Amino acid sequence: MAVNKKIRELQEKRKKILLGGGEQAIEKQKAMGKWTARERIMALLDKDSFMEYDLFVEHDARDFDMDKKSLPSDGVIIGSGTICNAPVAIYAQDFTVAGGSLGQMHSRKITKIMDYALKMRMPLIGINDSGGARIQEGVNSLAGYGEIFFRNTISSGIIPQISVILGPCAGGAVYSPALTDFVFVVDKISKMFITGPEVIKTVLGEEISMEDLGGARVHSEITGNAHFFSMSEDECFEQIKRLITFIPRNNSSKAKSVEPGEPDKKYNPERIVPDDPTLPYDVRDVIKSLIDNSDFFEIMELYAKNIVIGFGRMGGRTTGFVANQPLEMAGVLDVDSSDKAARFIRYCDAFNIPIITLVDLPGYLPGVDQEHAGVIRHGAKVLYAYSEATVPKITVILRKAYGGGYIAMSSRHLRADFVFAWPTAEIAVMGPEGAANIIFRKEIMSSDDPDGTRKQKVEEYKDKFANPYVAAARGYVDAVIEPKETRRFLMHAIEASENKIVKVLEKKHGLPPF
Amino acid sequence: MKEPEKLGILNINSTLYKTRLSPKFLKRKPYTPPSQKAIISFIPGTVLEILVEKGQDVRKGEDLVILDAMKMQNIMKCNIDGTIKKIHVKKGDKVSKGTILLELK
Repeated sequence: MAVNKKIRELQEKRKKILLGGGEQAIEKQKAMGKWTARERIMALLDKDSFMEYDLFVEHDARDFDMDKKSLPSDGVIIGSGTICNAPVAIYAQDFTVAGGSLGQMHSRKITKIMDYALKMRMPLIGINDSGGARIQEGVNSLAGYGEIFFRNTISSGIIPQISVILGPCAGGAVYSPALTDFVFVVDKISKMFITGPEVIKTVLGEEISMEDLGGARVHSEITGNAHFFSMSEDECFEQIKRLITFIPRNNSSKAKSVEPGEPDKKYNPERIVPDDPTLPYDVRDVIKSLIDNSDFFEIMELYAKNIVIGFGRMGGRTTGFVANQPLEMAGVLDVDSSDKAARFIRYCDAFNIPIITLVDLPGYLPGVDQEHAGVIRHGAKVLYAYSEATVPKITVILRKAYGGGYIAMSSRHLRADFVFAWPTAEIAVMGPEGAANIIFRKEIMSSDDPDGTRKQKVEEYKDKFANPYVAAARGYVDAVIEPKETRRFLMHAIEASENKIVKVLEKKHGLPPF
Repeated sequence: MKEPEKLGILNINSTLYKTRLSPKFLKRKPYTPPSQKAIISFIPGTVLEILVEKGQDVRKGEDLVILDAMKMQNIMKCNIDGTIKKIHVKKGDKVSKGTILLELK
């Protein structure tokens, strides 16, 4: 055959497979409000940057009439390209081909690109949209999943791994996203659960819709399985692009620096914390008063709102923020917020991102439900994460830092590198009211005027202990600073700690309170 | 002029903080101590067999109900010596976790 005929043959073959499951299946996908796998890759990656591999892969299964079925590209698209000029590896399951079900070759393609991403040390993005295991391929499908989960684990902490749930992700398949760093979900499109509504109805007689069981909102607000929530696939892709610009390519690199910028003047750090220490404020306003362009990329915004995590930039450099949120549940630490913070701290530590912690919490949330849910074990995660982290850790105590909360929130004792405190800081073993109950109990009870004595003791305690100076006197706080000086101190701290080196004792790994 | 938000109050160690209260916190079940006199299903399942009758005297450790769950037969045993006061389920009933199956006195 002549050369140009062969070239035309290739083009024909390509065109056919590019249609995926065919026009009808594509129509069905659109009718569900979903984009096709190919459209998603094109929207996410920089224009003309996508290089596809394994387009012509075919399955070789024979059972259950599989030998009569031809599945274009075996239902998954893999390749690499760039996002905002940063190289990424990507795979997208194609729901139009056999429901995006995972068979042996399908999983081989995914593991191929995962191996590639790890070898080339670049971020991996997985777009999940699949009905699950291809039943016809039996154990080979299970083997396929196993190989994927193993690689998710081995690559964890070396390359960023991002999961995007743009369709069903059920049964065993959900473990891949759970093992990755960040999970993106879209309202009404993402569905994640281990056992679906049908099984739950049969076994338990409980009726629940897919959306209420494992929809995007459920995972963003209740389970904590998702990190980013959006209302459309469009919005989701913009979020992913934004995330990529904040994080490094792999754990041996630092995130790319950009042009620095001043915070927006409308966020004035002197005017955010109210005079009354029992009144709330939005700690995100404080964050925005400190970071470049007040541009804060919040993570897990809808989950455990009593703690805030996310990325900002200080002098052009990506910085991780952890901050108690007095606006929600008085900023207490509890089971969910401990989980949220601990994982994020470890993410920053894995990827060379300095952590700035803003502290204002009255302690841990009391309650039988908290205790029985294991707040001890979960709270310990935060202590573990901060202690273990060797990236620069900078702490600013804004207001309350009582008891165990003071210790847990990146205190000097967990080896924070710089600890600053505002004049409004109250670093004490407990609040004045609580102290009156315990320390001055006898005096109050034996007094002729218990209420009066109580008031007096509370005031005394407040004057003596509800301030940063006792801690500063012992060097637990490096500097008490005016709010308007904060950015300057933080910028200095970040620059000074650029080349921080800490010797870590050799061990295979510790035992964080999982 | 934005309406000031209605905030809740959270008591942490005798200090009252004005703050938003989370849905999870507001929905929490107040604690009730478990009763030895109630036999409660620890897992969702189907009542396979009820081995006792109302009014029957039972001893600690005796088998009371067989619950079919997770492809296994789970035998629920008695915790105290007593008499069966009331049986809340019948053979074939599908129960969720935490259902009172029977009461002792």
